[in-house]
Amino acid sequence: MSIIQVDKLTKVFGKNTKQALKLLNEGKSKEAILKETGCTVGVNQASFSVEPGEIFVIMGLSGSGKSTLVRLINRLIEPTIGSILIDGEDLSKMDQSALRQVRREKLSMVFQKFGLFPHRTILKNAEYGLEIQNVPKEVREKKAKEALELVGLGNYLEQYPGQLSGGMQQRVGLARALANDPKVLLMDEAFSALDPLIRKEMQDELIDLQTTMQKTIVFITHDLDEALRLGDRIALMKDGSIVQIGTPEEILVHPANDYVEKFVEDVDKSKVLTAQHIMKRPETINIEKHGPRVALERMREEGLSSIFVVDGKRNLKGYITADDASDARKKDIRDLQQIIKTDMPTVDKDTALHDIFSIIHDSQVPVTVVEEGKLVGVIVRGSVIAALAGEGEVNVDA
Amino acid sequence: MLNSILGFVPKLPIAEGTEWVTDKTKETFSFLFEPIKEYLNVFMEFFTEDVLLAIPPVIFILAIAVIAFFVSGKKFGLAAFSIVGLWLIYNQGHWENLMYTVTLVLLASILSVIIGVPIGILMSKSKIANAIITPILDFMQTMPAFVYLIPAVAFFSIGMVPGVFASLIFATPPTVRFTNLGIRQVSNELVEAADAFGSTGAQKLFKVELPMAKSTIMAGINQTVMLALSMVVIASMIGAKGLGREVLSSLQRAEVGTGFVAGLGIVILAIIIDRITQNMNKKK
Repeated sequence: MSIIQVDKLTKVFGKNTKQALKLLNEGKSKEAILKETGCTVGVNQASFSVEPGEIFVIMGLSGSGKSTLVRLINRLIEPTIGSILIDGEDLSKMDQSALRQVRREKLSMVFQKFGLFPHRTILKNAEYGLEIQNVPKEVREKKAKEALELVGLGNYLEQYPGQLSGGMQQRVGLARALANDPKVLLMDEAFSALDPLIRKEMQDELIDLQTTMQKTIVFITHDLDEALRLGDRIALMKDGSIVQIGTPEEILVHPANDYVEKFVEDVDKSKVLTAQHIMKRPETINIEKHGPRVALERMREEGLSSIFVVDGKRNLKGYITADDASDARKKDIRDLQQIIKTDMPTVDKDTALHDIFSIIHDSQVPVTVVEEGKLVGVIVRGSVIAALAGEGEVNVDA
Repeated sequence: MLNSILGFVPKLPIAEGTEWVTDKTKETFSFLFEPIKEYLNVFMEFFTEDVLLAIPPVIFILAIAVIAFFVSGKKFGLAAFSIVGLWLIYNQGHWENLMYTVTLVLLASILSVIIGVPIGILMSKSKIANAIITPILDFMQTMPAFVYLIPAVAFFSIGMVPGVFASLIFATPPTVRFTNLGIRQVSNELVEAADAFGSTGAQKLFKVELPMAKSTIMAGINQTVMLALSMVVIASMIGAKGLGREVLSSLQRAEVGTGFVAGLGIVILAIIIDRITQNMNKKK
């Protein structure tokens, strides 16, 4: 079951919300509604669900409603209509004390500008979520220390936030959120205030932490690269509406509309696409069945100058060139074993396109793509260039 | 001819109305005012005569100097000033007056804070309270301070107690305003952080908002103390004891010298209190 289920969540800021909702249902645009009613549409009928253990990235430019949306999830902003189900319980219908309980136990938040309490030490900051639940001092100190150890700040317990660098402060923010041991982490542009190197470091650490913790993370960002790095799935927002939800590849390769396409056109696709996205079905011959004659015929049919050799289980054995095969036929050599070459470049199916450039540049034969020793595809220069140019076939579901 | 338009409505009985309200208040609440007057008066006399004046002036001066030394971050400037200034007041024979003034200022300030901080919190939390109380504060601060002496006398007759009452009205607004401002200035993200972790209203107030607003509130309290001190002279017109009474009587007798000396005493006290409270605010 989904841990977060958001259905037709809408937020209209302003006084005349009823009128605005009516116009919204009629499909009027944000501008038209602002003009007619004076209301601003923050989030427009957003629906999505987040699975346990997933990093769900909500991304959009400023003003797209992403920060409003994340605050609707924990009701820091009251939704106008729509429902938010956390573990099947509807947050939008809860009274204040039930809501507090959910916030204490299930949802923690990390803020863009860290949101640390400057008058409290690092330890006291990390303790905050437990302190307000009246957890005994020893227990909460222990948990807070563990969380701080986890983010690598075990030696800074008695410092104040002002004494720490931005990156370290955000680690405290993360530790404070983790100390509660929540199911869901809401991260509102958590790394946006950090400089690029630290940001990348924090992204890596979050991914590392995530592999051990398996929290559900809703991550807000305006940075597409960050979204692509972190997200298992990405929801792209524009003018308060979700334009597309999908895996990073889906969004890059099959943009739902012009807006998304424009958005992703500057992305360095070579870092996102992997070998399996651009590989082609390989032409092979079976070493156990075929000889040079078959190899030569196949190459002639397909117009190739070399062909890959596999065994009956499709384990990659090597390749033979047309020249060698025709020599062998003249000399009447029947065994492929004598003319097989094994110096073909091989990459794993998850190798990033970026890393294939130099390999393919130095290679006379196509690059082979293997999965556990089995040949699954080949990559020729043309398909690399086509993929980067945004043309040609790319196998998203591979 | 034109003036008859202005005279269309006869003179409104605002003065009579105010008097009526004051009289009624006095009658209705005399059961409250009478004991306050008595006990507070007894307490203030006791505090001045049997506590402050019971401390030998040397000890008192040294104690203030030590406090000044530590709050100013172990610097000697303020401590030295306190010693010289207080000694000068003693030297001029105004020690007893000084102690009465201290009592008046302390009591008025403490009551102002006790009343002002909660009102400020209320204003920061409620738009309605803010809309209602703001003009009242404006009124309290702009009305000439002398005017407060009249109901003060009506309720508490003459002496120290009506002095405290008048000071209270005059000196409370800064504490209220600064508390309100301080809480409203707490950054939105911190308030959100407190909410997002599931704080109750009281937890948010005491663990986040008040600590964050502390320095602003302290600035307000500093202003309140200064205003209370400035009421000392005015309050002496209705019989409050202290340095102000000396200033007033020199005025009546046109004695420039004595007036200056007593006035100087107030200035010295003001500087010491101001610097000590400001330094308490700065902190390490």
